[in-house]
Amino acid sequence: MAILTAKKVTKRFGGLVAVNALDFTLEKQAIASIIGPNGAGKTTFFNCITGFNQADEGEIIFDGVPIHRLRPDKISHLGISRTYQNIRLFPNMTALENIMVGLHAHLHATWIGAVVRTPATRAEEERAHEEARRLLRFVGLQGKGDVLARNLPYGDQRRLEIARALANKPKLLLLDEPTAGMNPTESEEMVAFIRRLRDELGITILLIEHHMRVVMSISERITVLDYGEKIAEGTPREIQTNPRVIEAYLGRGSAADIPEQAVRPSVSTLPASSAAG
Amino acid sequence: MSELRQLPLWQSVKIGLLGGAVALYLCLIGMIEVFGRSDIIERVISLGQVLLLLSGLGAGYLAARRVGEPTDALTILSNGVVAGGITGGLLTGLVIIGSMVNLRAVFINASPALYTALTLGAGPNGAWIPLVGGAALGLLAALFYLLPPRVRQPLMNGLLGVLLAGLFAGLLRVILAARPGWSAELGRFLFASEGLTLAGASLFFILAGGLTLLWSQSQATVRERITRLPEAQRKTLRWTMLGLAVILILILPQVSGAFIAQVIVLVGIFALMGLGLNITLGMAGLFDLGFVAFFAISAYTVGLLTSTGEHGIAQWSWWAAAPVGVLLAMIAGAFFGLPVLGIRGDYLAIATLGFGEIVRLLVGSDFLRPWLGGSFGILAIPKPWIGNLELAGPQQIYYLAVFGAMLVAFVAVRLRDSRLGRAWMAIREDEDVAEALGVNLVQTKLLAYMLGGAFAGLGGAIFAALVGSIFPHSMNLLVSVNVVALLIVGGMGSIPGVIVGALALIGLPELFREFAEYRYLLYGVALIVMMLAKPEGLWPSAAIRRELHTEEINEVETNPDSSGAVPAS
Repeated sequence: MAILTAKKVTKRFGGLVAVNALDFTLEKQAIASIIGPNGAGKTTFFNCITGFNQADEGEIIFDGVPIHRLRPDKISHLGISRTYQNIRLFPNMTALENIMVGLHAHLHATWIGAVVRTPATRAEEERAHEEARRLLRFVGLQGKGDVLARNLPYGDQRRLEIARALANKPKLLLLDEPTAGMNPTESEEMVAFIRRLRDELGITILLIEHHMRVVMSISERITVLDYGEKIAEGTPREIQTNPRVIEAYLGRGSAADIPEQAVRPSVSTLPASSAAG
Repeated sequence: MSELRQLPLWQSVKIGLLGGAVALYLCLIGMIEVFGRSDIIERVISLGQVLLLLSGLGAGYLAARRVGEPTDALTILSNGVVAGGITGGLLTGLVIIGSMVNLRAVFINASPALYTALTLGAGPNGAWIPLVGGAALGLLAALFYLLPPRVRQPLMNGLLGVLLAGLFAGLLRVILAARPGWSAELGRFLFASEGLTLAGASLFFILAGGLTLLWSQSQATVRERITRLPEAQRKTLRWTMLGLAVILILILPQVSGAFIAQVIVLVGIFALMGLGLNITLGMAGLFDLGFVAFFAISAYTVGLLTSTGEHGIAQWSWWAAAPVGVLLAMIAGAFFGLPVLGIRGDYLAIATLGFGEIVRLLVGSDFLRPWLGGSFGILAIPKPWIGNLELAGPQQIYYLAVFGAMLVAFVAVRLRDSRLGRAWMAIREDEDVAEALGVNLVQTKLLAYMLGGAFAGLGGAIFAALVGSIFPHSMNLLVSVNVVALLIVGGMGSIPGVIVGALALIGLPELFREFAEYRYLLYGVALIVMMLAKPEGLWPSAAIRRELHTEEINEVETNPDSSGAVPAS
């Protein structure tokens, strides 16, 4: 069953067509990737889903609800969370506070309740703290809750950003280059962690990724964008051998002499991905 | 050349030139002369002389400190002499040039009287006196630097105590003289008609110095003893301290007299506005340069509703009118917020600047004159009553201002620690991400404007009660600027910082009213120095303190386990 359906989504910036009549379907509890060269419109598509940008044409349906005309906060309430290509934490708030902002949609205290500190508000704050600490532990940041987000090391910041996104109890999690700037070991940890999110929490995951090793090992389906258009879609194996994809990445005429190693490392990790799926 | 710049001597020359520039500046703008008339210790030393001494001493001390520990005493002393000498030398130059060329065409304060003062009465023939004097002061300061800290600190504080007592001598004398008997006697003993008596100065020196000495020796043991107390006793101690503070706050205006009470009321009103702006600007990051608008709306509402004069419409009591004023300020917050919701950063500052001016021009306009009194304002606003007690003067309004500020500070703390406070800070940090996390930007921003406006509104209502009349010119841009400045000086986003900022920027200038001409000059200099030396404010909120002094924080937090050891709660 599809959790997210995009029909003929188009987004233009002036004369530039960033996303062009994109059709896209995402199955519930799937892990899927969107890949493509720089400027292919991947992040713009994410922005259209989360309401940062409004699609000029087409519609996006999430869990049966059309969301392409909704504000970002409404979309977030429906259960879509995201992370960002260049980490966007709240730098001058502590790790714990960052997660608690993520819980915002699930809290109901009014300002008057906060001032008088009604029993209901106090109980809710207590629960929120508890939940935030639980999420810290879940992403392995226990003991760092009082550190300002800006002072956390890079890897921790990535994980904190995911914890903040999870606080919203999302049904769909959009990860924009979750392994950017990570070494192979860290990337592998991140891949395992993303699988855990799906397996343990049942969250559907859509990611943008440039590390082919990560993409090929984790994705059940891959969509390839180029100049805002979908040029290919399929399993990792299908994508690896698709001549249009190779052309988009390496230029016309490269398909014939595609280097072996561009394919091999991902093939070796493929069985793991199919086992998880 | 670059090696030359590394030399300690070169540094000392630079410091000396800087000290000299300060001294020259003080002389040429006339501060030395004007302050020469107000004595710190009667017939011994005037404030003007203190300033000159301080420039020499300061240069010497800074130079000595720059040279630092590893070098020998002789180098430190000689550097002090060089810096002090250059500071004095510049003044010598002024005297020489001034006696040959008439400088008064440009600097009206470069008078013979100034030269006489600089040369201790010798005139142009004694031009060498500042040079030698400066060198001597530099030597003295360097010697002072060489003293061990446990001697230096009490001495320094003793002198500081004398200086402060001398500055506020007039004020303290009036307070003491107000009560006949021992209090008036004490006043006559400590204070002369101008400044301190010699006996008073010695007493203050011994008191301040002695207390420092005592505290530095017993501080550790006192701390330790408190931590060793059982929990119950510590609690009692805390409550006793709190009780003492409350009693102090309660009796303060009766002891201090009307003037101090009035200053505190003004501080309280600005603290209220500061707490309001701290929500919109400090927490939510929404710049507002028209903040005075909320103050004005509430003050005018209270004025109209209570006035017994020609513009009064209801003759309500203050207690009924103030909530209406606060409510209207709150609604105005929403109205002001709506059109600027989509504007960010610098643009927002300019847009809101317009609001403040619109309100000021409206209340002063001829068009609304039949209702708001135009530039003549609203007169005859009665004082609030509590039962049969009229809050007639500043000594009574004081309670209104202090408890109003305390109440609002309490509300602000509660808001800061709530879901709403976190949403505000999230908007300040990254508006888009906050929205993507489910924060309703419209609602949250409007609440920031409304609550900020409400706080300022309470300030306006109390202002109306204090002054008893309201004029458009009280609602000028300078008020808004002052509120922003006190927020920056206190520490953006910090609630105690607002109080400290209001005391520093509103309280101190009021106390120094006798130096009226130079008040805002000093205010400006203080702001610049402040921004250079302590950009995060006097009492920064924990987060901002870490932001701007990252080097220090990194030292503290190099061990991640220690920073995370505190349970996250």
